[in-house]
Amino acid sequence: MTLSTFYFLVQQTMFYSIPLLIVAIGGMYSERSGVVNIALEGIMIIGAFVSIFFMNQMQSTMSGQWLLVLAMLIAAGTGMILSFFHAYASINMKANQVISGTALNLFAPAFAIFTARMLIGVQQVTFMNTYRITEVPVLSALPILGDLLFKNTYLTTFVGFAILIVATIVLYKTRFGLRLRACGEHPQAADAAGVSVKKMRYIGVLISGALAGLGGLVLMVPVTTAFDGQVAGYGFLALAVLIFGQWRPGRILFAAFFFGLMKTISAAYTGIPILLALGIPSYMFKMTPYLATIVILTFTSKKSAAPKAAGEPYDAGKR
Amino acid sequence: MNVKKLLSNRSFKSISASVFAILFGLLIGYIILLISNPAQATRGFIIILNGGFNGGLRGVGNMLHNAMPIILTGLSVGFAFKTGLFNIGASGQFILGAFAAIYIGVKWTFIPSGFLWIVALAGAMLAGALWGAIAGILKAFRNVNEVITSIMLNYIGMYLVNFLVVSTVFDLTRNQSISPVNAYLPSGGMDILFPFSSANIGIIIAVVVAILMYVVLEKTTFGFELKAVGYNREASRYAGINEKRSIILSMMIAGALAGLGGGLLYLSNTGKHIEVVDILASEGFNGIPVALLGLSNPIGIIFSGLFVGHMNMGGFYMQRLRFVPEVIDIMIAIIIYFSALSLAFKSTIENFARKLGGRTK
Repeated sequence: MTLSTFYFLVQQTMFYSIPLLIVAIGGMYSERSGVVNIALEGIMIIGAFVSIFFMNQMQSTMSGQWLLVLAMLIAAGTGMILSFFHAYASINMKANQVISGTALNLFAPAFAIFTARMLIGVQQVTFMNTYRITEVPVLSALPILGDLLFKNTYLTTFVGFAILIVATIVLYKTRFGLRLRACGEHPQAADAAGVSVKKMRYIGVLISGALAGLGGLVLMVPVTTAFDGQVAGYGFLALAVLIFGQWRPGRILFAAFFFGLMKTISAAYTGIPILLALGIPSYMFKMTPYLATIVILTFTSKKSAAPKAAGEPYDAGKR
Repeated sequence: MNVKKLLSNRSFKSISASVFAILFGLLIGYIILLISNPAQATRGFIIILNGGFNGGLRGVGNMLHNAMPIILTGLSVGFAFKTGLFNIGASGQFILGAFAAIYIGVKWTFIPSGFLWIVALAGAMLAGALWGAIAGILKAFRNVNEVITSIMLNYIGMYLVNFLVVSTVFDLTRNQSISPVNAYLPSGGMDILFPFSSANIGIIIAVVVAILMYVVLEKTTFGFELKAVGYNREASRYAGINEKRSIILSMMIAGALAGLGGGLLYLSNTGKHIEVVDILASEGFNGIPVALLGLSNPIGIIFSGLFVGHMNMGGFYMQRLRFVPEVIDIMIAIIIYFSALSLAFKSTIENFARKLGGRTK
C-alpha cells in the first residue's frame, strides 16, 4: 500500500467515523441519564434536512466556514427540538421509550420528503460543497500527522474531537456528570440525594438530540451534495457503536473508528488497489459494516455495561 | 353494562386510547394540509378519510391488497412484541421471503402450476424464519440486543437479495426480478367481489393467519410459554420453560410471518418485482405502526392493517390535488406517538371513571 492510499483511507475513514462518534456520544448522554433513545436515526434525518435546506437557501449569499458553522448550529437546534418530544413522552408521560423513538423515526423521513417536495418541488435538497479545508495553515506542515489530519479535511472533524473531549471531562470530572450517571444507574438513590431525576434526564435527552441532529449534517457534508431524506441506518449504527463502546467515551471513539473503517472499505474499496485486486463482489463490501456490527456485538454483548435504569420510566416509589 | 364498568374495562381503555391517538393524528394531519395548501386542504382531507372508497369497489379491492402485506408484517412485529422482543427486522425477513417465493416460482417449474404457489409460499416462510432465527439465536445465546441485530440484518438481507436476484432470477433489461408467471396467486373469488382490483387470495390468507396466531398466543400452552418468557425470562426458566428455545422460536415465527407477507405480495400478478436498488423494503417498517396500533393483538392487527391500508389509498388518491402522499406517513407517525402516550390517556379515563362512580353513589 502506497503512502497516498493510506492517507486517502484515513481521510475517508474520518468522514464516516466522526458523525458516528458525535451521534454515539449523544446516545451516551441520553442512556447514561436513563432514557433509551432509538430515535437517533430520525433526529439525524431532521437535523440534516433542516440545516441542508438552510444551506440550499443561503448559498447564493454566503459560503464557506461561516455558513457551515451556522448550519451546524441549526442542525443541533433542530435535533434538540425533535428530541424534546421523546423526552416529554419518556420522562413526563412515562411512555414506552422504544415506541416513542419509533414514532420519531417514522416521522422524520416522511416530514423531510413532504416538506422538500412541498417547498422546492423535488425530494432531493442539493448544496454546494464550499467547506473543504485543503490545508490547515501551520499544522498541515507537521510530518505524517499533517497529511493525516490537517489536509483535505472539514471543520466538522475538529468539532467531533472537541465533543469527545468535552464529553469525557463532563462525564467523569464534573458534578453534573456524576449526577447524570447516577440517574441512569440508580435514579431512586440520586433522587434521595437531592438530584432532580426529571431535570437530569431532560438534559441528557436534549443533548443527545442536539448531537444527533449535528451528526446528521456532519455525515452529509463531506460525502455528498444532495440530501435525500435518509441517513442509511447511521443512527442505528451509532447505537451499535454505543453498545460496542460500552457507554464510555474512550471506547466509543475506538468503536466509531472501527465502524468508520468498515464503512470506508464498503464505500471506497474501488479506490484501494489491494481490495479491488481481490475480486470480491461489490455486494460483499456493501454488507461489511453491518456484518461487522453483528460479529462484534456477538462477542461483546455477553458482559454488557449498560446503565442499569436505562429504558425504565422513573418511579419514585420503587426500590 | 353500565358506563363505569365499561370505562374501567381494560380492553375498552386500550381501544379508546388508540381511537384518541387516531383522532389526534388526523387532526394534526389536517392542520399540515391547511398549512401547505389552505384552498384544497378540506377536499384533500376528505379524500384521506374516504381512502379506498374513492375508487369504488376497485378502490376497496386495492385497499385490501395494500393492507395484505402490512397485516402480515404487523403480525410479525406484534407476535414478537407479545413475546417481549422488538422485531424491527421484518423488512429483511420480508424481502428474503419475497426472493424465495420468486425463485421457487421461476425455477421449480417441475411442480404443477396449481401447486407451485403453495410451495413458493412455504419457501417464503422458511426463508423469513431462517432470517429471523439469526437474531433469535444471538439474543438467546449471546445476549445481543435484537433491535440492533435485526436492523443490521435488514441491510445485509437487502444486499444479499440484490445479489441473489442478479445471479439467479434476473431480468437484465428491466433491472429487476423475472415474473413468476407459473406461481401467481389464485384470485380466491376476489375478482368477482372487487372487479379489476389487485385483491387476491392473499388477503384471505392474511386474515386466516391472524386468527391462527390469536389462537396460538391465547389458547395454547406453547403460546403461553412464549409470552411468559417475554414477561420475565428468569421466572420462566425457574418454571421449567426452555427460555432460549422460546426466544428463537418467537423470532422464527415472526420471521416466517414477514416472509409470508413478502411471498404473497411478490406472487401477486400486479407488476411488482424485486428491483435491484439499495432501498430497504418499506412494508417491513410499516408493520411496526400496524402492530402498535393493533396493540399487538392479532385480531386488532387485522383492523389496524386495514386502517393503514385505507389511509395509504387516501394518500394515493389525494395526489390528484398535488398533495404529497408522505403526509400519510407523518399522520401515522403522530398516531403512534400519541399511542405511546396512551398510559396518560388510560389514566385520564380511569380518573373519569372514578368521578362517574363517585357521582352515582
